[in-house]
Amino acid sequence: MSYSDGKGGNTLEIFSFAFMQRAFLAVIMVGLLCSALSFFVVLNKLSFMGAGLSHAILGGIAIGVLAGINPLYSGAVFAVAIALLIGYLSKHGKIQEDTLIGVFYSSGMALGIMLISFKQGYYPELFSFLFGNVLAVSIQDLQFLAVVMFFVLLYIVIFFKELFTISFDEELARAAGLPATTLYLGLLVCLALTIVVSVKVVGVVLASALLVIPAAAGYRLSGNYRLMLLFSLLTGLVAGLAGLFISYYLNIPSGAAIVLCASAIFFLSFLSRK
Amino acid sequence: MSINVVEIRDLDYAVNGNQILEKINLQIEAGEFVGIIGPNGAGKTTLLRLLLGLIRQTSGQVRIFGLPPAQLGKKREAIGYMPQRPTFDRRFPLSTLDVVNMGLVTAGSLGCPLTRKQREKARCSLEQVGLAALQNRPFSRLSGGEQQRAFLARAICREPLLLLLDEPNTGLDLPTQHNFFNLLQQLQHKYNLTVVMVSHDLVAIARFAHRLVCINRTMHVHGKPLDVLNSPHLEKAYRCEFDVLFGRERG
Repeated sequence: MSYSDGKGGNTLEIFSFAFMQRAFLAVIMVGLLCSALSFFVVLNKLSFMGAGLSHAILGGIAIGVLAGINPLYSGAVFAVAIALLIGYLSKHGKIQEDTLIGVFYSSGMALGIMLISFKQGYYPELFSFLFGNVLAVSIQDLQFLAVVMFFVLLYIVIFFKELFTISFDEELARAAGLPATTLYLGLLVCLALTIVVSVKVVGVVLASALLVIPAAAGYRLSGNYRLMLLFSLLTGLVAGLAGLFISYYLNIPSGAAIVLCASAIFFLSFLSRK
Repeated sequence: MSINVVEIRDLDYAVNGNQILEKINLQIEAGEFVGIIGPNGAGKTTLLRLLLGLIRQTSGQVRIFGLPPAQLGKKREAIGYMPQRPTFDRRFPLSTLDVVNMGLVTAGSLGCPLTRKQREKARCSLEQVGLAALQNRPFSRLSGGEQQRAFLARAICREPLLLLLDEPNTGLDLPTQHNFFNLLQQLQHKYNLTVVMVSHDLVAIARFAHRLVCINRTMHVHGKPLDVLNSPHLEKAYRCEFDVLFGRERG
Protein backbone atom coordinates (compact mmCIF):
# COMPACT_ATOMS: atom_id res chain seq x y z
CA MET A 1 0.00 0.00 0.00
CA SER A 2 1.17 3.55 -0.63
CA TYR A 3 0.62 6.51 1.57
CA SER A 4 2.18 9.75 0.42
CA ASP A 5 0.58 12.45 -1.65
CA GLY A 6 3.51 12.10 -4.01
CA LYS A 7 4.66 15.66 -3.36
CA GLY A 8 7.64 14.80 -1.19
CA GLY A 9 8.01 17.19 1.73
CA ASN A 10 10.16 17.39 4.87
CA THR A 11 12.26 14.26 5.32
CA LEU A 12 11.41 14.06 9.02
CA GLU A 13 7.71 14.53 8.42
CA ILE A 14 7.49 10.79 7.90
CA PHE A 15 8.23 10.23 11.60
CA SER A 16 5.53 12.60 12.83
CA PHE A 17 2.65 10.21 12.18
CA ALA A 18 1.85 7.51 14.73
CA PHE A 19 1.03 4.99 12.00
CA MET A 20 4.44 5.65 10.40
CA GLN A 21 6.18 5.17 13.72
CA ARG A 22 4.44 1.82 14.08
CA ALA A 23 5.33 1.01 10.47
CA PHE A 24 9.02 1.71 11.14
CA LEU A 25 9.00 -0.43 14.26
CA ALA A 26 7.31 -3.25 12.34
CA VAL A 27 9.77 -3.02 9.46
CA ILE A 28 12.78 -3.05 11.80
CA MET A 29 11.51 -6.07 13.73
CA VAL A 30 10.40 -8.02 10.66
CA GLY A 31 13.65 -7.12 8.86
CA LEU A 32 15.81 -8.45 11.69
CA LEU A 33 13.64 -11.49 12.35
CA CYS A 34 13.40 -12.59 8.72
CA SER A 35 17.12 -12.00 8.15
CA ALA A 36 18.13 -14.07 11.18
CA LEU A 37 15.91 -16.91 10.06
CA SER A 38 16.90 -16.57 6.40
CA PHE A 39 20.40 -17.59 7.50
CA PHE A 40 19.09 -21.10 8.27
CA VAL A 41 16.62 -21.06 5.36
CA VAL A 42 19.49 -20.60 2.89
CA LEU A 43 21.88 -23.04 4.61
CA ASN A 44 19.18 -25.72 4.85
CA LYS A 45 17.83 -25.02 1.34
CA LEU A 46 14.40 -24.24 2.77
CA SER A 47 13.41 -21.47 0.35
CA PHE A 48 10.61 -23.55 -1.15
CA MET A 49 9.41 -24.31 2.38
CA GLY A 50 9.26 -20.54 3.05
CA ALA A 51 7.33 -19.89 -0.17
CA GLY A 52 4.98 -22.81 0.47
CA LEU A 53 4.18 -21.84 4.06
CA SER A 54 3.69 -18.18 3.25
CA HIS A 55 1.09 -19.01 0.60
CA ALA A 56 -0.56 -21.81 2.58
CA ILE A 57 -1.30 -19.58 5.58
CA LEU A 58 -3.93 -17.75 3.55
CA GLY A 59 -6.19 -20.63 4.59
CA GLY A 60 -5.55 -19.87 8.27
CA ILE A 61 -6.03 -16.15 7.75
CA ALA A 62 -9.36 -16.78 6.03
CA ILE A 63 -10.51 -18.95 8.94
CA GLY A 64 -9.83 -16.00 11.26
CA VAL A 65 -11.69 -13.60 8.97
CA LEU A 66 -14.78 -15.83 8.90
CA ALA A 67 -14.64 -16.71 12.61
CA GLY A 68 -14.22 -13.05 13.60
CA ILE A 69 -10.87 -13.54 15.39
CA ASN A 70 -7.57 -11.84 14.64
CA PRO A 71 -6.50 -13.44 11.32
CA LEU A 72 -2.85 -13.34 12.47
CA TYR A 73 -3.64 -15.65 15.39
CA SER A 74 -5.57 -18.16 13.28
CA GLY A 75 -2.89 -17.86 10.60
CA ALA A 76 -0.21 -18.62 13.20
CA VAL A 77 -1.96 -21.78 14.43
CA PHE A 78 -2.61 -22.90 10.84
CA ALA A 79 0.97 -22.23 9.71
CA VAL A 80 2.53 -24.00 12.69
CA ALA A 81 0.28 -27.04 12.14
CA ILE A 82 1.22 -27.22 8.45
CA ALA A 83 4.93 -26.75 9.18
CA LEU A 84 4.90 -29.54 11.76
CA LEU A 85 2.93 -31.83 9.46
CA ILE A 86 5.33 -31.28 6.54
CA GLY A 87 8.36 -31.69 8.81
CA TYR A 88 7.06 -34.80 10.57
CA LEU A 89 5.89 -36.62 7.44
CA SER A 90 9.06 -35.88 5.47
CA LYS A 91 11.44 -36.73 8.34
CA HIS A 92 9.71 -40.04 8.89
CA GLY A 93 10.15 -40.97 5.27
CA LYS A 94 6.46 -40.96 4.42
CA ILE A 95 6.82 -38.63 1.42
CA GLN A 96 9.36 -36.17 -0.03
CA GLU A 97 9.42 -32.73 1.63
CA ASP A 98 9.13 -30.72 -1.60
CA THR A 99 6.14 -32.83 -2.68
CA LEU A 100 4.38 -32.09 0.60
CA ILE A 101 5.18 -28.38 0.33
CA GLY A 102 3.76 -28.38 -3.20
CA VAL A 103 0.53 -29.93 -1.93
CA PHE A 104 0.08 -27.56 1.04
CA TYR A 105 1.23 -24.51 -0.96
CA SER A 106 -1.74 -24.73 -3.33
CA SER A 107 -4.34 -26.36 -1.10
CA GLY A 108 -3.81 -23.83 1.72
CA MET A 109 -4.21 -20.96 -0.71
CA ALA A 110 -7.24 -22.59 -2.33
CA LEU A 111 -8.84 -22.99 1.10
CA GLY A 112 -8.21 -19.31 1.79
CA ILE A 113 -9.74 -18.18 -1.50
CA MET A 114 -12.77 -20.41 -1.01
CA LEU A 115 -13.41 -19.29 2.59
CA ILE A 116 -12.99 -15.61 1.77
CA SER A 117 -15.54 -16.01 -1.04
CA PHE A 118 -18.09 -16.95 1.66
CA LYS A 119 -17.64 -13.53 3.23
CA GLN A 120 -20.43 -11.25 2.12
CA GLY A 121 -19.47 -8.16 0.14
CA TYR A 122 -16.09 -6.64 -0.61
CA TYR A 123 -13.29 -7.48 1.79
CA PRO A 124 -10.57 -4.83 1.36
CA GLU A 125 -8.26 -6.38 3.96
CA LEU A 126 -7.72 -9.33 1.62
CA PHE A 127 -5.33 -7.15 -0.37
CA SER A 128 -3.46 -6.27 2.82
CA PHE A 129 -2.89 -9.93 3.51
CA LEU A 130 -1.90 -10.71 -0.05
CA PHE A 131 0.45 -7.78 -0.64
CA GLY A 132 1.01 -6.32 2.83
CA ASN A 133 0.05 -2.97 4.30
CA VAL A 134 2.53 -1.79 6.83
CA LEU A 135 0.41 1.32 7.44
CA ALA A 136 -2.30 -0.83 8.92
CA VAL A 137 -0.05 -2.30 11.62
CA SER A 138 -1.77 -1.82 14.98
CA ILE A 139 -0.34 -1.73 18.49
CA GLN A 140 -1.77 -5.22 18.97
CA ASP A 141 0.06 -6.43 15.84
CA LEU A 142 3.30 -4.91 17.13
CA GLN A 143 2.88 -6.66 20.46
CA PHE A 144 2.31 -10.00 18.72
CA LEU A 145 5.32 -9.32 16.50
CA ALA A 146 7.50 -8.52 19.53
CA VAL A 147 6.47 -11.73 21.33
CA VAL A 148 7.17 -13.86 18.23
CA MET A 149 10.48 -12.07 17.69
CA PHE A 150 11.54 -12.69 21.30
CA PHE A 151 10.82 -16.44 21.20
CA VAL A 152 12.21 -17.04 17.71
CA LEU A 153 15.46 -15.18 18.40
CA LEU A 154 15.75 -16.89 21.78
CA TYR A 155 15.41 -20.29 20.07
CA ILE A 156 18.04 -19.37 17.49
CA VAL A 157 20.48 -17.99 20.08
CA ILE A 158 20.14 -20.97 22.45
CA PHE A 159 20.38 -23.68 19.80
CA PHE A 160 22.56 -21.89 17.25
CA LYS A 161 25.47 -24.33 17.36
CA GLU A 162 23.16 -27.35 17.20
CA LEU A 163 21.11 -25.92 14.30
CA PHE A 164 24.32 -24.97 12.50
CA THR A 165 25.78 -28.47 12.98
CA ILE A 166 22.56 -30.09 11.74
CA SER A 167 22.59 -27.77 8.71
CA PHE A 168 26.13 -28.85 7.82
CA ASP A 169 26.03 -32.55 8.64
CA GLU A 170 22.81 -34.02 9.99
CA GLU A 171 24.23 -37.54 10.16
CA LEU A 172 27.04 -36.37 12.42
CA ALA A 173 24.59 -34.48 14.63
CA ARG A 174 22.42 -37.57 15.06
CA ALA A 175 25.46 -39.72 15.78
CA ALA A 176 26.39 -37.27 18.56
CA GLY A 177 22.95 -37.85 20.11
CA LEU A 178 21.43 -34.50 19.13
CA PRO A 179 17.62 -34.50 18.79
CA ALA A 180 17.96 -33.41 15.16
CA THR A 181 14.33 -33.94 14.16
CA THR A 182 12.97 -32.04 17.17
CA LEU A 183 15.37 -29.15 16.59
CA TYR A 184 14.45 -29.08 12.90
CA LEU A 185 10.73 -29.05 13.70
CA GLY A 186 11.42 -26.18 16.13
CA LEU A 187 13.08 -24.30 13.28
CA LEU A 188 10.03 -24.89 11.07
CA VAL A 189 7.74 -23.55 13.81
CA CYS A 190 9.94 -20.42 13.99
CA LEU A 191 9.71 -20.14 10.22
CA ALA A 192 5.91 -20.44 10.26
CA LEU A 193 5.51 -17.81 13.00
CA THR A 194 7.93 -15.43 11.28
CA ILE A 195 5.97 -15.68 8.03
CA VAL A 196 2.74 -14.90 9.86
CA VAL A 197 4.09 -11.74 11.46
CA SER A 198 5.67 -10.67 8.15
CA VAL A 199 2.34 -10.83 6.36
CA LYS A 200 1.27 -7.38 7.58
CA VAL A 201 4.45 -5.85 6.20
CA VAL A 202 4.98 -7.59 2.86
CA GLY A 203 1.95 -9.89 2.42
CA VAL A 204 1.73 -13.65 1.83
CA VAL A 205 2.88 -13.30 -1.76
CA LEU A 206 6.17 -11.61 -0.90
CA ALA A 207 6.89 -12.85 2.65
CA SER A 208 9.08 -15.70 1.45
CA ALA A 209 11.39 -13.22 -0.34
CA LEU A 210 12.51 -11.77 3.00
CA LEU A 211 13.31 -15.28 4.16
CA VAL A 212 15.75 -15.89 1.34
CA ILE A 213 17.21 -12.69 -0.10
CA PRO A 214 18.99 -11.27 3.01
CA ALA A 215 20.99 -14.47 3.66
CA ALA A 216 21.53 -15.00 -0.07
CA ALA A 217 23.17 -11.55 -0.20
CA GLY A 218 25.12 -12.33 2.98
CA TYR A 219 26.28 -15.61 1.47
CA ARG A 220 27.53 -13.76 -1.60
CA LEU A 221 29.37 -11.19 0.48
CA SER A 222 31.23 -13.53 2.83
CA GLY A 223 32.79 -16.99 2.99
CA ASN A 224 32.27 -17.24 6.74
CA TYR A 225 28.96 -17.79 8.48
CA ARG A 226 29.52 -15.09 11.12
CA LEU A 227 29.87 -12.37 8.49
CA MET A 228 27.13 -13.98 6.42
CA LEU A 229 24.78 -13.62 9.38
CA LEU A 230 25.87 -10.03 9.96
CA PHE A 231 25.43 -9.06 6.29
CA SER A 232 22.10 -10.85 6.28
CA LEU A 233 20.85 -8.80 9.26
CA LEU A 234 22.10 -5.59 7.68
CA THR A 235 20.44 -6.42 4.36
CA GLY A 236 17.10 -7.08 6.04
CA LEU A 237 17.31 -3.90 8.07
CA VAL A 238 18.52 -1.62 5.27
CA ALA A 239 16.06 -3.07 2.74
CA GLY A 240 13.17 -2.65 5.20
CA LEU A 241 13.96 0.97 6.06
CA ALA A 242 14.92 1.99 2.52
CA GLY A 243 11.82 0.28 1.14
CA LEU A 244 9.60 2.13 3.58
CA PHE A 245 11.15 5.52 2.70
CA ILE A 246 10.95 4.84 -1.03
CA SER A 247 7.39 3.66 -0.69
CA TYR A 248 6.43 6.81 1.20
CA TYR A 249 8.09 9.30 -1.11
CA LEU A 250 7.45 7.58 -4.45
CA ASN A 251 3.94 6.49 -3.55
CA ILE A 252 4.43 2.79 -4.30
CA PRO A 253 3.37 -0.32 -2.32
CA SER A 254 5.61 -0.88 0.70
CA GLY A 255 5.93 -4.67 0.42
CA ALA A 256 7.10 -4.50 -3.15
CA ALA A 257 9.49 -1.62 -2.36
CA ILE A 258 11.10 -3.54 0.55
CA VAL A 259 11.54 -6.73 -1.47
CA LEU A 260 12.95 -4.82 -4.45
CA CYS A 261 15.45 -3.04 -2.16
CA ALA A 262 16.56 -6.42 -0.79
CA SER A 263 16.85 -7.75 -4.35
CA ALA A 264 18.93 -4.72 -5.34
CA ILE A 265 21.36 -5.45 -2.46
CA PHE A 266 21.50 -9.08 -3.56
CA PHE A 267 22.39 -8.16 -7.14
CA LEU A 268 24.90 -5.55 -5.94
CA SER A 269 26.55 -8.29 -3.87
CA PHE A 270 27.71 -9.86 -7.12
CA LEU A 271 30.06 -6.90 -7.52
CA SER A 272 31.99 -8.06 -4.46
CA ARG A 273 34.90 -10.48 -4.70
CA LYS A 274 34.08 -13.22 -2.24
CA MET B 1 41.24 -59.83 29.99
CA SER B 2 40.39 -57.51 27.10
CA ILE B 3 37.07 -55.73 27.11
CA ASN B 4 34.89 -55.88 24.02
CA VAL B 5 34.20 -52.34 22.90
CA VAL B 6 31.83 -53.62 20.21
CA GLU B 7 29.71 -56.75 20.47
CA ILE B 8 27.33 -57.82 17.75
CA ARG B 9 25.33 -61.03 18.12
CA ASP B 10 23.02 -62.59 15.51
CA LEU B 11 22.32 -59.20 14.02
CA ASP B 12 19.62 -58.98 11.34
CA TYR B 13 18.52 -55.80 9.63
CA ALA B 14 15.77 -55.57 7.03
CA VAL B 15 13.91 -52.69 5.38
CA ASN B 16 10.41 -53.36 4.03
CA GLY B 17 11.13 -57.10 4.00
CA ASN B 18 14.41 -56.58 2.13
CA GLN B 19 17.20 -58.24 4.13
CA ILE B 20 20.20 -55.91 4.30
CA LEU B 21 22.24 -57.70 6.98
CA GLU B 22 21.84 -61.26 8.22
CA LYS B 23 23.32 -63.18 11.14
CA ILE B 24 26.25 -60.85 11.77
CA ASN B 25 28.44 -61.80 14.75
CA LEU B 26 31.41 -59.67 15.64
CA GLN B 27 33.40 -58.74 18.74
CA ILE B 28 35.97 -55.97 18.71
CA GLU B 29 38.39 -55.51 21.59
CA ALA B 30 39.78 -52.24 22.92
CA GLY B 31 42.72 -50.99 20.85
CA GLU B 32 41.87 -53.06 17.76
CA PHE B 33 41.85 -51.66 14.24
CA VAL B 34 39.19 -53.51 12.26
CA GLY B 35 38.56 -52.96 8.57
CA ILE B 36 35.08 -53.64 7.19
CA ILE B 37 35.22 -54.54 3.52
CA GLY B 38 32.71 -55.70 0.95
CA PRO B 39 31.25 -54.72 -2.43
CA ASN B 40 28.88 -51.79 -3.00
CA GLY B 41 25.52 -52.34 -1.31
CA ALA B 42 26.97 -55.00 1.00
CA GLY B 43 25.63 -53.27 4.12
CA LYS B 44 28.92 -51.81 5.42
CA THR B 45 27.59 -48.30 6.07
CA THR B 46 24.39 -49.83 7.47
CA LEU B 47 26.52 -51.76 9.97
CA LEU B 48 28.20 -48.52 11.12
CA ARG B 49 24.82 -46.80 11.41
CA LEU B 50 23.56 -49.68 13.54
CA LEU B 51 26.60 -49.32 15.82
CA LEU B 52 25.79 -45.62 16.20
CA GLY B 53 22.13 -46.31 16.91
CA LEU B 54 21.04 -44.21 13.92
CA ILE B 55 18.90 -47.17 12.87
CA ARG B 56 17.64 -50.15 14.88
CA GLN B 57 18.27 -53.78 14.09
CA THR B 58 15.39 -56.08 13.19
CA SER B 59 16.71 -58.73 15.56
CA GLY B 60 19.89 -59.62 17.43
CA GLN B 61 22.04 -57.57 19.79
CA VAL B 62 24.36 -54.63 19.41
CA ARG B 63 26.42 -53.51 22.41
CA ILE B 64 28.84 -50.60 22.49
CA PHE B 65 30.85 -50.35 25.73
CA GLY B 66 28.45 -53.03 27.01
CA LEU B 67 25.29 -50.98 26.30
CA PRO B 68 22.72 -50.86 23.49
CA PRO B 69 23.47 -47.79 21.30
CA ALA B 70 20.15 -46.14 22.24
CA GLN B 71 21.09 -46.26 25.94
CA LEU B 72 24.65 -44.96 25.64
CA GLY B 73 23.82 -41.57 27.13
CA LYS B 74 27.00 -39.72 28.11
CA LYS B 75 29.13 -42.64 26.83
CA ARG B 76 28.09 -41.70 23.30
CA GLU B 77 30.61 -38.86 23.55
CA ALA B 78 33.34 -41.54 23.56
CA ILE B 79 32.49 -42.42 19.96
CA GLY B 80 34.12 -40.45 17.16
CA TYR B 81 32.42 -40.69 13.79
CA MET B 82 33.49 -39.73 10.31
CA PRO B 83 30.60 -40.12 7.84
CA GLN B 84 31.07 -40.54 4.11
CA ARG B 85 32.22 -37.36 2.37
CA PRO B 86 29.22 -36.68 0.11
CA THR B 87 26.99 -35.88 3.10
CA PHE B 88 28.07 -32.23 3.32
CA ASP B 89 27.74 -29.12 1.18
CA ARG B 90 31.17 -28.09 -0.07
CA ARG B 91 30.13 -24.41 -0.35
CA PHE B 92 29.08 -24.16 3.28
CA PRO B 93 30.48 -20.87 4.66
CA LEU B 94 32.72 -21.96 7.52
CA SER B 95 36.37 -22.25 8.47
CA THR B 96 38.39 -25.39 9.12
CA LEU B 97 38.23 -24.77 12.87
CA ASP B 98 34.44 -24.34 12.69
CA VAL B 99 34.18 -27.81 11.17
CA VAL B 100 36.27 -29.31 13.97
CA ASN B 101 34.26 -27.45 16.63
CA MET B 102 31.18 -29.32 15.40
CA GLY B 103 32.70 -32.50 16.79
CA LEU B 104 32.17 -31.00 20.26
CA VAL B 105 28.46 -30.40 19.76
CA THR B 106 26.75 -33.26 21.59
CA ALA B 107 23.51 -33.97 23.43
CA GLY B 108 25.41 -33.27 26.66
CA SER B 109 26.15 -29.68 25.61
CA LEU B 110 22.66 -28.99 24.20
CA GLY B 111 21.86 -25.30 24.45
CA CYS B 112 25.19 -24.40 26.11
CA PRO B 113 27.99 -22.51 24.40
CA LEU B 114 31.29 -24.32 23.89
CA THR B 115 33.74 -23.68 26.71
CA ARG B 116 37.25 -22.30 26.25
CA LYS B 117 38.63 -25.71 27.24
CA GLN B 118 36.53 -27.43 24.58
CA ARG B 119 37.66 -24.97 21.92
CA GLU B 120 41.25 -25.65 22.93
CA LYS B 121 40.62 -29.37 22.34
CA ALA B 122 39.46 -28.58 18.80
CA ARG B 123 42.68 -26.61 18.16
CA CYS B 124 44.77 -29.49 19.56
CA SER B 125 43.01 -31.92 17.23
CA LEU B 126 43.84 -29.72 14.26
CA GLU B 127 47.47 -29.69 15.40
CA GLN B 128 47.47 -33.48 15.65
CA VAL B 129 46.36 -33.84 12.04
CA GLY B 130 48.81 -31.15 10.91
CA LEU B 131 46.26 -28.49 9.98
CA ALA B 132 46.85 -25.90 12.72
CA ALA B 133 48.13 -23.39 10.17
CA LEU B 134 44.92 -23.71 8.14
CA GLN B 135 42.45 -23.31 11.01
CA ASN B 136 41.03 -20.03 9.72
CA ARG B 137 41.02 -21.00 6.06
CA PRO B 138 37.55 -21.45 4.49
CA PHE B 139 36.82 -25.18 4.55
CA SER B 140 35.78 -25.11 0.89
CA ARG B 141 39.30 -24.02 -0.05
CA LEU B 142 41.02 -27.05 1.48
CA SER B 143 42.14 -29.88 -0.79
CA GLY B 144 40.35 -33.24 -0.58
CA GLY B 145 43.10 -34.70 1.61
CA GLU B 146 43.08 -31.67 3.93
CA GLN B 147 39.31 -31.86 4.25
CA GLN B 148 39.56 -35.52 5.23
CA ARG B 149 42.18 -34.65 7.84
CA ALA B 150 39.90 -31.92 9.18
CA PHE B 151 37.08 -34.47 9.44
CA LEU B 152 39.42 -36.80 11.27
CA ALA B 153 40.26 -33.94 13.67
CA ARG B 154 36.52 -33.42 14.16
CA ALA B 155 36.10 -37.13 14.94
CA ILE B 156 38.93 -37.20 17.51
CA CYS B 157 38.39 -33.84 19.22
CA ARG B 158 36.19 -35.39 21.93
CA GLU B 159 39.07 -37.77 22.71
CA PRO B 160 37.00 -40.83 21.80
CA LEU B 161 37.69 -44.44 22.73
CA LEU B 162 35.99 -45.78 19.61
CA LEU B 163 36.44 -44.30 16.15
CA LEU B 164 34.02 -45.22 13.37
CA LEU B 165 35.17 -44.20 9.88
CA ASP B 166 33.10 -44.60 6.74
CA GLU B 167 35.27 -44.72 3.64
CA PRO B 168 37.54 -41.86 4.73
CA ASN B 169 39.93 -42.38 1.83
CA THR B 170 37.37 -42.10 -0.98
CA GLY B 171 38.48 -39.68 -3.67
CA LEU B 172 42.01 -39.30 -2.35
CA ASP B 173 45.06 -39.99 -4.50
CA LEU B 174 47.45 -42.76 -3.41
CA PRO B 175 50.08 -40.65 -1.56
CA THR B 176 47.31 -38.75 0.30
CA GLN B 177 45.62 -42.03 1.21
CA HIS B 178 48.90 -43.38 2.50
CA ASN B 179 49.50 -40.25 4.62
CA PHE B 180 45.98 -40.46 5.97
CA PHE B 181 46.40 -44.08 7.02
CA ASN B 182 49.77 -43.34 8.63
CA LEU B 183 48.25 -40.49 10.61
CA LEU B 184 45.36 -42.67 11.69
CA GLN B 185 47.72 -45.42 12.80
CA GLN B 186 49.82 -42.95 14.83
CA LEU B 187 46.73 -41.63 16.60
CA GLN B 188 45.47 -45.13 17.20
CA HIS B 189 48.72 -46.21 18.85
CA LYS B 190 49.06 -43.00 20.84
CA TYR B 191 45.58 -43.11 22.36
CA ASN B 192 44.90 -46.87 22.18
CA LEU B 193 41.89 -46.08 20.02
CA THR B 194 39.56 -48.80 18.83
CA VAL B 195 39.05 -48.16 15.13
CA VAL B 196 36.35 -49.58 12.89
CA MET B 197 36.84 -48.45 9.32
CA VAL B 198 34.78 -49.14 6.22
CA SER B 199 36.94 -49.12 3.12
CA HIS B 200 36.85 -50.07 -0.53
CA ASP B 201 40.62 -50.01 -0.78
CA LEU B 202 41.49 -53.58 0.16
CA VAL B 203 45.22 -53.22 -0.29
CA ALA B 204 45.53 -50.10 1.84
CA ILE B 205 43.31 -51.29 4.67
CA ALA B 206 45.07 -54.67 4.73
CA ARG B 207 48.34 -52.87 5.47
CA PHE B 208 47.03 -51.06 8.52
CA ALA B 209 44.17 -53.06 10.07
CA HIS B 210 44.66 -55.81 12.64
CA ARG B 211 41.64 -57.65 11.31
CA LEU B 212 39.46 -57.54 8.22
CA VAL B 213 35.78 -58.40 8.17
CA CYS B 214 34.28 -59.03 4.76
CA ILE B 215 30.53 -58.69 4.52
CA ASN B 216 28.01 -58.90 1.74
CA ARG B 217 24.68 -59.07 3.51
CA THR B 218 26.18 -61.68 5.81
CA MET B 219 29.73 -62.15 7.09
CA HIS B 220 31.71 -64.09 4.50
CA VAL B 221 35.15 -64.12 6.04
CA HIS B 222 37.01 -62.40 8.86
CA GLY B 223 40.45 -62.69 10.36
CA LYS B 224 43.97 -61.39 9.87
CA PRO B 225 44.33 -59.30 6.71
CA LEU B 226 46.53 -61.76 4.80
CA ASP B 227 44.27 -64.68 5.64
CA VAL B 228 41.23 -62.76 4.46
CA LEU B 229 42.89 -61.57 1.24
CA ASN B 230 43.91 -65.14 0.43
CA SER B 231 40.55 -66.64 1.30
CA PRO B 232 38.41 -68.04 -1.53
CA HIS B 233 35.40 -66.61 0.32
CA LEU B 234 36.52 -63.13 -0.66
CA GLU B 235 35.85 -63.72 -4.36
CA LYS B 236 32.49 -65.20 -3.43
CA ALA B 237 31.61 -62.09 -1.40
CA TYR B 238 32.66 -59.73 -4.20
CA ARG B 239 31.32 -61.99 -6.94
CA CYS B 240 34.34 -61.28 -9.15
CA GLU B 241 37.77 -62.63 -10.00
CA PHE B 242 40.61 -62.21 -7.58
CA ASP B 243 42.88 -60.22 -9.96
CA VAL B 244 40.13 -57.70 -10.56
CA LEU B 245 40.13 -57.00 -6.83
CA PHE B 246 43.87 -56.63 -6.23
CA GLY B 247 45.79 -56.50 -9.48
CA ARG B 248 49.35 -57.58 -8.72
CA GLU B 249 49.31 -56.36 -5.14
CA ARG B 250 47.70 -59.46 -3.68
CA GLY B 251 49.03 -60.46 -0.24
